[in-house]
Amino acid sequence: MKIREIASLLGADVLCGESQLDEEVQSACGSDMMSDVLAFVKDQGVLITGLVNPQVIRTAMMMDMHCVVFVRSKRPTAEMLELAKEHHIAVLASCSRMYEACGKLYASGLGSEACANG
Amino acid sequence: MAETLRFHYEVDGNNFTSAGAASVEVKRKLRQLGFDAETIRRVSIAMYEGEINMVVHARGGSADVYVDKDCITIILADRGPGIPDISLAMQEGYSTAPDNIRALGFGAGMGLPNMKRYTDEMKIETVLGKGTTVTIKVYTNGANKL
Repeated sequence: MKIREIASLLGADVLCGESQLDEEVQSACGSDMMSDVLAFVKDQGVLITGLVNPQVIRTAMMMDMHCVVFVRSKRPTAEMLELAKEHHIAVLASCSRMYEACGKLYASGLGSEACANG
Repeated sequence: MAETLRFHYEVDGNNFTSAGAASVEVKRKLRQLGFDAETIRRVSIAMYEGEINMVVHARGGSADVYVDKDCITIILADRGPGIPDISLAMQEGYSTAPDNIRALGFGAGMGLPNMKRYTDEMKIETVLGKGTTVTIKVYTNGANKL
């Protein structure tokens, strides 16, 4: 699925990474706990979260993710967006709740097949 | 044999916002040195967890990274309170992090277990009231520019 389609499905604003909207991502994960993302996620291109602090972007960087989607109308700070731009991570913001956002993307074919260590 | 590259970082214990900056820098350097993506991912996640731990539990510390063709070694040293029970600290889900850290997305008791999960060797030396030194090693497949 292209990042552009994710933005469309979630009615999300593109806050940075306009040039990456045609990048393909294969899977996604949703979590507000970055420790769990670092522990259990592998080869997933999109992080869906309602948590707002710079470590969200750093976690995405560590996991080689292409896109972060903030749900529940959360807005990242300018500092977070700068960090994301610097590391070529597209940032979207949606008013959807986490459950709804994950459900829409999953139902549209964006899976979560890759999972490290179970 | 190629010379070992060494990088030193100070981790500011008073700034949660900047925690992880050293890991990002190491990741960038390893990429420049031509290490494979999986090695870089394992090293950077383990070091990132270590940095977060130092900020959350120990008011910061230092990170020394030694890069050889076949092995990457990271020594994370702090002058924090020490770990009273290492086997307990190694259990997934056990955490002494305060609620304000959990609200920031960490403190789920996955830090040390994650560091072990992503590395080939891990050694913890701790003295109560003095500090903790965690040494982690990731062996590489030798395919890099060193």
